[in-house]
Amino acid sequence: MKGDFIQNLGKIYGLYTGGFLLFIILMAILEQAGVSPDTIGYLFVGFTIAIYALIGVLSRTMATDQYYVAGRQVPALYNGMATAADWMSGASFVAMAGGIYFGGYGYMAFLVGWTGGYVLVASLMAPYLRKFGCYTVPDFIGTRYGGNFARLCAVIVLVVASFTYVTAQINATGTVASRALQIPFEVGVWFGLAGILVCSMLGGMRAVTWTQVAQYIVLIVAYIVPVVWMSNKSGFGMIPQLAYGDAVHRVQELEVLHQIGTLKPTEKFGGLAALVNPINAPGDTLMAKWKFATLVLCMMCGTASLPHVLMRYFTTPSVRSARISVGWSILFIFLLYFTAPALATFTKLSLLDPTLATGIIGKSIADVNALEWIQKWSAVDFLRVSDSNGDGILQINELFMRADIVVLATPEIAGLPYVISGLVAAGGMAAAMSTADGLLLAIANALSHDLYYKIIDPKAETKTRLVVARILLLGVGAAGAFVASLKLTSILGAVAWAFDFACSGLFFPLVLGIWWKRANRQGALAGMIGGFVAGSAYLYYVYFAGGTPWFGIDHLRFGVIGMPVSLVLMIVVSLMTEEPDEETQRMVDAVRTPRGGTILDSAH
Amino acid sequence: MAEADSNNEAHWQRTKNLTIITLIIWFIFAFGVHWFAPQLNSITFLGFPLGFYMAGQGSLFAFVVIIFWFARTQNKIDEEFGVAEDENEDE
Repeated sequence: MKGDFIQNLGKIYGLYTGGFLLFIILMAILEQAGVSPDTIGYLFVGFTIAIYALIGVLSRTMATDQYYVAGRQVPALYNGMATAADWMSGASFVAMAGGIYFGGYGYMAFLVGWTGGYVLVASLMAPYLRKFGCYTVPDFIGTRYGGNFARLCAVIVLVVASFTYVTAQINATGTVASRALQIPFEVGVWFGLAGILVCSMLGGMRAVTWTQVAQYIVLIVAYIVPVVWMSNKSGFGMIPQLAYGDAVHRVQELEVLHQIGTLKPTEKFGGLAALVNPINAPGDTLMAKWKFATLVLCMMCGTASLPHVLMRYFTTPSVRSARISVGWSILFIFLLYFTAPALATFTKLSLLDPTLATGIIGKSIADVNALEWIQKWSAVDFLRVSDSNGDGILQINELFMRADIVVLATPEIAGLPYVISGLVAAGGMAAAMSTADGLLLAIANALSHDLYYKIIDPKAETKTRLVVARILLLGVGAAGAFVASLKLTSILGAVAWAFDFACSGLFFPLVLGIWWKRANRQGALAGMIGGFVAGSAYLYYVYFAGGTPWFGIDHLRFGVIGMPVSLVLMIVVSLMTEEPDEETQRMVDAVRTPRGGTILDSAH
Repeated sequence: MAEADSNNEAHWQRTKNLTIITLIIWFIFAFGVHWFAPQLNSITFLGFPLGFYMAGQGSLFAFVVIIFWFARTQNKIDEEFGVAEDENEDE
């Protein structure tokens, strides 16, 4: 092969994708040859993790520029793939379709929010932060507003938001690992962490970037293959995303038949839910619309302030490629997101339709209990069939499931070969691992670069800085795994909180730092501290202290409280105090013009 | 120097206008259409109830298109004002 690694990316990842497809075919052959499903599960998860670890080890580096921003030479397209993997977490892969399955229309606010946020990233943030030339998000805050205290505040918001998020990811890796490898959840968590650390510890951003591209390929194949298969099997053709409209109509008919929405469960099982929300029932009340809109808003502004996403755009070669890279990112994310409702719809159809072999609602309880997938998932307490009214027939309010298992169980529900389940487990693992990689790196980089190097010991040598970064990575990872093993909140709850923390504390200080020259240090401090404290206090009030939500603002959308407080404080305090000095104003001008070198030098 | 300043100022004005237009379109697809989801559901589009389609696919697709359009247009503005990066700056 001629040329260096970057020039051969197309070839390398082409070969990799081909190899992965061959591996799937090989597994399918092994299944036909009588190899047990458990072995296939081990092979899928084991093989893919080994590949990521190999990439991680090959990309090890001791250069700061490589460690923090992958040498700023990641082409826009590949950065888009890496961002998509970084972005799509256990929540997107494992939990999203399940959420739509149970929540119906209301849950789709997450789809809109988690894609629309990229419009804000592209137009308000990414190109300007790239021009700035920072290594981390607090790096920008610290330089734009000046002073270590502003930097420290940004580090604190970053750590709180990212750490909340990372526990959810480690929780997801634990769930997948415990199912695929049949080990206890508490052990699965540590197993997942070990895989994550090998990929990010040695090579920092460089290793994470190239493993994330590999993980994107695995996760997107793993997500789309089962849906296409199911769609084909139930007669909707090869492009389910375009054809599931008819399936939606069919589900709506079946909802009337099975009395979904009227038949409520009479029993309760912790963490499990019965289907009570119709697939498509947007509320017509002002409150329902407000709740949809506020959730969209928090997820969007959170997207535009989450440091692990923003820092991916620091790795592109130019401002222009940072912009176009946001486009690639969202295109790759879109591929999964517009498939999620299709997956939820086909799974619903498989379960509800009495004319399909897979339909179980309305069948006798004894028959349903004899199904292999029902037994398997019941055995790990993720599913429960309970004959509440004692008539021997399964009604919709007698099937209880954990929302997070919908995607993982779908291949079995639809009666697909086990090789697909193995593939989905590998995909879920890739999604959770890639996000955890990015998050741990964001935390460790902020602590090592901003806290240790810029605040505590500005004379530290390059080598010491990178060693510190690695030790911190280990420490933060272990803390995350420990918190995850306590199972404090669901995957989704923790993810939504991370977005709300990020947008409460960082959204306006970042946006106004670029778009409003008059913004100064005092204003930014007031905005960061005020927004973050107000949001957190409200979360405490509404979630832990049992307070009544104001105007329907529950714990998932506390950013609606944090953001306005942040904005108002930032503007008022900035206007009440002195204008930023001339140097800062010139710096803002330079950020707005793509041409010319970065503000911070390349090895700061 | 004064000339460069006024050029940069004009560039920033155009950039701001583009950003505002982008955000207006963004707002329509992020909030506008979903506010009327129950009404839109009475319309069938590609076999979907339209309100459902917009939340599950339509708005998402619009965001993809907006971002690529934005990147292209901003690039043209940069080139027009001579503030785009040189090719060798990509290194």
